[in-house]
Amino acid sequence: MVPTSYYLILSGVIFAIGAVGVLVRRNALIIFMCVEMMLNSVNLTLVALSRQWGNLDGQVFVFMVMAVAAAEVAVGLALLIANTRHQESINIDEIHLLKW
Amino acid sequence: MLDYAWLVLAFPAAGALLNTFLGGSLGRRAVGWLASGAVALAFLASLGLFAQLMGLPGHERSVTVHLWDWIRVGTFQVPAALLVDPLSVTMALVVTGVGTLIHVYSVGYMAEEPRYQRYFVYLNFFVLAMLVLVLSDNFLGMYVGWEGVGLASYLLIGFWFDRRDASYGYYADAGKKAFLVNRVGDFGMALAIMILWTGLGSVTFLEVFAGVEKLAAGTLTLASLLLLLAATGKSAQIPLYVWLPDAMAGPTPVSALIHAATMVTAGIYMIARTYPLWEAAPAASAVAAWVGGLTALLAATMALVQVDLKKILAYSTISQLGYMMLGVGVGAYAFAIFHLITHAFFKALLFLAAGNVMHGLHGELDIRRMGNLRARMPQTARLFTVGALALAGFPLTSGFFSKDSILFAAFERSPALYGLGLFTALLTAFYSFRAVFLAFWGRERDPDLFARAHESPAIMRGPLWILAGLALAGGGLNLPRVLPLLEHWLEPAVGALEIHAGLGLEMTLMAVGGLVALAGIYLAHARYVQEAAWAQGLAQGLAPLRPLLERGWYVEDLYRAAVVEPLWALARFSAQVVDRGIIDGTVNLVGQLHLLASDGLRRLQNGLIPTYALSLFVGVVVAVLYFVFG
Amino acid sequence: MSLSVLFFVLVAGVSLAAAVGVVVSRQPVHSALFLLTNFAMLAVLYVTLAAQFLAAVQVIVYAGGIVVLILFVIMLIGGDTNDFVAPQRSWTRVTALGLGILLLAGLLYSFAQRLQPLPPNPEDLVQGGVPQAVGTALFTRFILPFEVVAFLLLVALIGALILGRPPTSDDPEAALLQQDSTGR
Repeated sequence: MVPTSYYLILSGVIFAIGAVGVLVRRNALIIFMCVEMMLNSVNLTLVALSRQWGNLDGQVFVFMVMAVAAAEVAVGLALLIANTRHQESINIDEIHLLKW
Repeated sequence: MLDYAWLVLAFPAAGALLNTFLGGSLGRRAVGWLASGAVALAFLASLGLFAQLMGLPGHERSVTVHLWDWIRVGTFQVPAALLVDPLSVTMALVVTGVGTLIHVYSVGYMAEEPRYQRYFVYLNFFVLAMLVLVLSDNFLGMYVGWEGVGLASYLLIGFWFDRRDASYGYYADAGKKAFLVNRVGDFGMALAIMILWTGLGSVTFLEVFAGVEKLAAGTLTLASLLLLLAATGKSAQIPLYVWLPDAMAGPTPVSALIHAATMVTAGIYMIARTYPLWEAAPAASAVAAWVGGLTALLAATMALVQVDLKKILAYSTISQLGYMMLGVGVGAYAFAIFHLITHAFFKALLFLAAGNVMHGLHGELDIRRMGNLRARMPQTARLFTVGALALAGFPLTSGFFSKDSILFAAFERSPALYGLGLFTALLTAFYSFRAVFLAFWGRERDPDLFARAHESPAIMRGPLWILAGLALAGGGLNLPRVLPLLEHWLEPAVGALEIHAGLGLEMTLMAVGGLVALAGIYLAHARYVQEAAWAQGLAQGLAPLRPLLERGWYVEDLYRAAVVEPLWALARFSAQVVDRGIIDGTVNLVGQLHLLASDGLRRLQNGLIPTYALSLFVGVVVAVLYFVFG
Repeated sequence: MSLSVLFFVLVAGVSLAAAVGVVVSRQPVHSALFLLTNFAMLAVLYVTLAAQFLAAVQVIVYAGGIVVLILFVIMLIGGDTNDFVAPQRSWTRVTALGLGILLLAGLLYSFAQRLQPLPPNPEDLVQGGVPQAVGTALFTRFILPFEVVAFLLLVALIGALILGRPPTSDDPEAALLQQDSTGR
């Protein structure tokens, strides 16, 4: 059996990579993708631990997370497109209309 | 009646209050007469006290009238009370009597003054403070009056605070100078009171005098010297006389009342009042006598070269106060008070006459521009001459008797001081008649001014005739040996002077004094009227001394360099370096630090998403690290 | 090294490479494809973890739904190629990297510790993660969260609809929105 800690380590690394990606990239869509990656890494953790403790709670939680992630992607992308109506760029350095 | 002694204070107080609040609607004349009436009523009340005291046998003539418990803090008990005894009643009579005459004169003199209401309020306030000073039965009450007259003096000297001229500088500065110089003296008085209370546990005069023997000689001398310092401030002696010539910037009646007749005599009164202290501290008395003698001489020399009529009289006042100080210094308290009274008469007369001259010449006081004024203002000329005669000590005038009594007392104790006093008398006669001859005799030096000169109205002459009569006849108060009324009257309050010299010596000295006065007058006549060659030659010979005298023996320059300039430098330093630099700098620094901090913090909220993401992430990392490793 | 561990290392390696690819790709489409790879690898890992249902859902929802959506949007609004951190924010790159390393260190330190040993038959305990098992749990013990999530999805649907509507001409607020940041 693959020890649970291996999965956890992998999850942590993907999480860190995703976090750095959020901070480093300017394109809003790529930032989105990195966020999704971070969510996925957490899902991996939950599933691994679900096997560790021997019950389905973790997996059910992952199901919820996936549902929420889907909803969030839909709304977020709609937001992005709405923003594009009056500002063509999706560079997050330039999306700051809510500032005073 | 004695129980109503407080009425003496109540009348001027009421006058001041009424004029303050109702004066605006009363009208010029009413304000003046109200103020004069208040002081006149105070004079009547003083007469009443005098009559009451006369009714008592000699050794009982010291009554304490308790008004209320003023201070009661643990062992520090000070009552608000009046001490009615011959000395205080005499002073009260002089203050209110001469004061009434001067108030009446002021009604005429200040007839054109727009701020007359303020003037009469201040004048009444002054009388009130002076009466508190002379009637109080304890040091603290006297100190209150002391400060009060100092305040009134400042207010009245700087009455025309918006004026300046070549002779006095900024009038407001003259007031400040008077106040600040007096402060030095007041400091001495406060210390003396503290020393006496610490040593004797009381500040009431009678209790302090009873316990004088309990104090160590050194302590007593120190306290007395500090009181002397206060007296030199108020009575314009060396070293604190420098404010009095500048005080002539005030209205002439003010000069007459405050800086001739009454306030400046407060120091002399104070020493006479506390005579047991001085009797028990002979060292301090000796210092006082020498201070008086030297001041008399110094001031007389400076009066010789003055060209401002009022300044001549101012230096003359300093000089005569020196005589009084000499008197109390040698223990002749009654004689000093005698001279105080006669000086009040003739000096007030002289000042008011100078006021008439000023009024008639539309403000001119430079004697170099006068001459032959007796042709245009004959009454004023006669009045001024009477005053000058008394000042010079012309035989049988009041000034003659009072000055000679002091010189006689000085002769017994210190021939050197007698010599000083005699020489000063010569100078006094000379400079007083220099003023008379240059202003009223001879040819008119400024024809335009002469043409416009006129005599003063009756209201400004009437009080002067009264004063002239007193100046001539005042000697009758105390004819030595023959009719020593004043000496006997004041004995319960100031003790008696031991006189060992015989009648013959006394008569001789009196004759010498009279001769000296006549010599001085003759010298002035020779120099200024006859313009005799020998007199001119003498003046030429003494000419090198002139710059020294005109600069006042450089005393004021010394003070400026040694005291005023360093203080100014300190003030500038404090204002610029300490206040603006350090204190303001520190406060501003706090503000700057805040600005700096907030400037840094505001960068956290710049509306840019990446910044927020970064701060979020930092928080997450910190939390994770804390939970993992902490 | 047993076969399963080797398999895991292989899959994990690809997954990591894909993750790095998402972050460093210049083209957004490349990033999306790398993301797809990452999701696929994760689905494989779910299978090894006895979560078959979740593996299927992963592929359907994430790979088939989310990545496709993202690709659609990329097609619509693109995004430039040279979009790394702007020069004036270059310090954030270093800071982010540093913080990332810190985070990684922390996480690895905690995850590398030995957990309790696995129970003897974990797959049976979770019943292999088959849909029946997950469904039973979902509709019995977790019925409330399930309903709430359903409601959430409804809200998201409505929200996306409204956000996606084109602005109507007689809407003053929309006209205002038409202005860009310079006010023109």
